[in-house]
Amino acid sequence: MKNIRIIPRLDIKGPNVVKPVHTEALRVVGNPKELARRYYEEGADELIYLDIVASLYQRNLDFDLLKSVAENIFIPVTVGGGIRTIHDINNALRSGADKVAINTHALRHPEFLSEAAKEFGSQCIVLYIEAKRQLDGTYEAYTDGGREHSGINTVEWAKRGVELGAGEILITSVDRDGTRKGYDLDLIKQIAAFSPVPVIAHGGAGDSGSILRVINEGKADAVSASSIFHYGDFKISNVKNYLREKNINVRTQNNNY
Amino acid sequence: MYGHKITIIDYGVGNLQSLKKAFSFFGVNAALSEDVDEILNSDAIVLPGVGSFEAGMRGLKVRGLTDAVKTFAAADKPMLGICLGAQLMLGEGHEFGVFDGLGIIPGKAARFPELAGGEKIPHVGWNRVKSPGGDIWNKDFYFVHSYILEPESRENIFGLTTYGEYEFCSVIKKGNIYGCQFHPEKSGAAGLKLIKSFINLI
Repeated sequence: MKNIRIIPRLDIKGPNVVKPVHTEALRVVGNPKELARRYYEEGADELIYLDIVASLYQRNLDFDLLKSVAENIFIPVTVGGGIRTIHDINNALRSGADKVAINTHALRHPEFLSEAAKEFGSQCIVLYIEAKRQLDGTYEAYTDGGREHSGINTVEWAKRGVELGAGEILITSVDRDGTRKGYDLDLIKQIAAFSPVPVIAHGGAGDSGSILRVINEGKADAVSASSIFHYGDFKISNVKNYLREKNINVRTQNNNY
Repeated sequence: MYGHKITIIDYGVGNLQSLKKAFSFFGVNAALSEDVDEILNSDAIVLPGVGSFEAGMRGLKVRGLTDAVKTFAAADKPMLGICLGAQLMLGEGHEFGVFDGLGIIPGKAARFPELAGGEKIPHVGWNRVKSPGGDIWNKDFYFVHSYILEPESRENIFGLTTYGEYEFCSVIKKGNIYGCQFHPEKSGAAGLKLIKSFINLI
């Protein structure tokens, strides 16, 4: 039996959870500590915590804030944003992260993925890819929160990243992020088709149906979403009930200790 | 009841904060320590761990903790191994070569075989744990691993999990010594309940 993981994502800027649209325009959504706690209690299988400007401004994420958010959240937490050194990863792990998501620094210095995997194990290293569709239908990997293009093909980069030691791939469609138009199935399919490691799909979740499609058609191993959960339109438990009706295995949360 | 001394063995990198938090959720201050005396004077110990088998054993050795953990186990005081910590309790590990483990429970940590359904390795995510005889557990826990627990004797199998069509041992047990392949501190309420049961062994 394989459970599909449902993973809410917190985009962090300063002390707030914000919601980017196409990873650019930002709206303040709420307090990260409260949201994380709420998602944990509602049955989130993991959390993704991304400081979306750390990399752009070449600084580190706020480890104290992370610590306060990860406290009392007894599910795995993947943390990203400006991770550039082994020391940064150590700091993240000591502040409550279980895995780190690496995008910008890995694109500039791919060998960092191997170095990190050797030190912490592949299971700890998530290759984070921000993909933008090009006119010819291929996808290019972007950095710095979808602002800078790298000239590198997404699928080739994903393959290389896994070879270098990434244990999971988190793939975001920059075009769909925040639009609620549904996941970019083409993109997710291309990655999931070859990937020997789990693929987490993100960007564009609109309703439970769009989540079902990215599992069945996109072949995602895990599904991440932010807007639909942040604004309370959908509860994680409702999405899971829907998926269960469609014969998708998901974990049942039971808050009984 | 919760005034007991529980020590989480700190022998390298990793997120030990959530494990500590899981104990404090029940009012227990579990101390992180790499001190031999502190470990031996504990009522219960936890051997956590992420990373490779060899690196884990090396982490224990360079801190001079191998004998302390074995001595503690020989006294049959409550001990909980988690993920790599559970694998280290076995006789040997087969990750990047063959390495000696702590030998507390006979057996080995072996690589997942290639699975018929092409399931991905590492096995990442939530999966069901059942007891061999029935459904004592029957709850989902969070796994992330490429190697599995293979105790020599069926008597030491305390929990089983199926990935694809493949059934493997997910919990080992010998007396008061337990090792689980999954992460109770990352397994929501089900994991916290396990931590509570462990505290209650003291």
